[in-house]
Amino acid sequence: MYVAVKGGEKAIDNAHRLLGHDRRGDPEIAEISTEQIAGQLKLAVARVMAEGSLYDPQVASLAIKQARGDLIEAIFLARAYRTTLPRFGYSLPVETSRMVVERRISATYKDLPGGQILGPTFDYTHRLIDFGLAGETLPERPAENPAGLEPAPHVTGLLNDEGLIERNAARSDDPPRDLTREPLAFPAGRDLRLQNLARGDEGFLLGLAYSSQRGFGGSHPFVGEIRIGEVQVEFFAEELGFAVTLGRVQLTECEMVNQFKGSATEPPQFTRGYGLVFGQSERKSMSMALVDRALRAEDLGQDVTAPAQDQEFVLSHSDNVQATGFVEHLKLPHYVDFQAELGLVRRMRAVAAAARADEPEEAIPAEADDMTEDREAAE
Amino acid sequence: MIEAATREAPEVAARQRAMAAFAEARFEELAEVLTGIEAARASVDLRRPEAGLVMLRGRIGGDGNAFNLGEASVARASVRLASGEVGHAYVLGRDVAKARLAAIADALWQRPETRETIERDIVATVEARLAVARGARQAQVAATKVDFFTLVRGED
Repeated sequence: MYVAVKGGEKAIDNAHRLLGHDRRGDPEIAEISTEQIAGQLKLAVARVMAEGSLYDPQVASLAIKQARGDLIEAIFLARAYRTTLPRFGYSLPVETSRMVVERRISATYKDLPGGQILGPTFDYTHRLIDFGLAGETLPERPAENPAGLEPAPHVTGLLNDEGLIERNAARSDDPPRDLTREPLAFPAGRDLRLQNLARGDEGFLLGLAYSSQRGFGGSHPFVGEIRIGEVQVEFFAEELGFAVTLGRVQLTECEMVNQFKGSATEPPQFTRGYGLVFGQSERKSMSMALVDRALRAEDLGQDVTAPAQDQEFVLSHSDNVQATGFVEHLKLPHYVDFQAELGLVRRMRAVAAAARADEPEEAIPAEADDMTEDREAAE
Repeated sequence: MIEAATREAPEVAARQRAMAAFAEARFEELAEVLTGIEAARASVDLRRPEAGLVMLRGRIGGDGNAFNLGEASVARASVRLASGEVGHAYVLGRDVAKARLAAIADALWQRPETRETIERDIVATVEARLAVARGARQAQVAATKVDFFTLVRGED
């Protein structure tokens, strides 16, 4: 017999009231504003925009506030919000070679046109907690070099006279596949894989990237280039018949070059892995580039031996909204399922006990049955 | 045909540049100028201002085939002035009121009587503000550029 159970509405309402109260914290302390989050927790905002797959610093800041700083919850909110908006269309591909850089480094070439530009980085800090930041701060004015910056073309395109670095495939006019419009199917092309990775969980991709470095799918990567900065976004408006500039977005781009001993079809060379992420998201872009390269194993005629090279494994588990939905659903009431399984386990035990009774010696301790009975009583 | 296209091209390029400035303009930068223009008053919506999404695309490896990177929120509007000009706007973000003003500015830009005012008071103003901001930021960033020097070492 199945008995539907209702209840908990009052408790749920009150739980949400309590959540609102706790979110606010001590009312004696000033409330945090979304402008403060957007301006002072900018890298958290970048993560929510990237994995929420929605470039909108205001929405991301509000989501962080609503989620009490739980970034995966905030990403979930951003994803849910984007489903309420109509899709106007697709932008023209952004030209990262024309990025106005705030940071641009290469670990492969010391002297390169445009130079090594460190920008606002944590690198070379001592990672000692700065108790000075606990109070109000008045940071030093940034140093200035009025000479400004020279153009900074892409490193890989620039230094490839010998053809030692793989060239990207010639451009085709085929529109890329869109996993927000059609379900992911395998094998997935590099366009779909990059779309999946761009919105994938930073921690998951970091772990996979790390595994590939440690020998699970062995790679020998160098950072060809990392660049952070703003690019213009252009959109072809049908009613106008020409492209219009929508504004600027901040992106982080990473190009990894990997030593590759060659295969039946490819000569020895450096192959490339690519990362492109919303906002200032250096770790994510590097992880993405390493995983992108690992996932190209099959295309390059390498054996697929490691998790990071297995596209079904990587692409099916990279999305933290899907992952948290499936993991966290386990905490919702499963009373009936569990009752059914209890009955099943009880029957299996009876069968096992009967089988053992036929043999000499060893009986099941009587206590175990009692424990099951107790648990049932508690339900 | 070809002649018409070449005659149109500079006009389109000029309008694209103006529309880029409207997209970058702050709400106040548009509102202050537009309230002073008679022709801006009696505009009707051809398309109700609305917020939506544009899927941003990147290129594989920075220069290869396109792929879908993720969406951005975009506000758009289309208006017609009493004098007949139709203006459109697409701007990043969800500020639909600003998008409507940007569409009015686009319509006024197409009117010979008001183009000069729009060019001077909005396009040039916004471009100047952006140039100053970019120059200041570039100077800060440029100060973080590494100057390598070589330490001379050796036996003699």
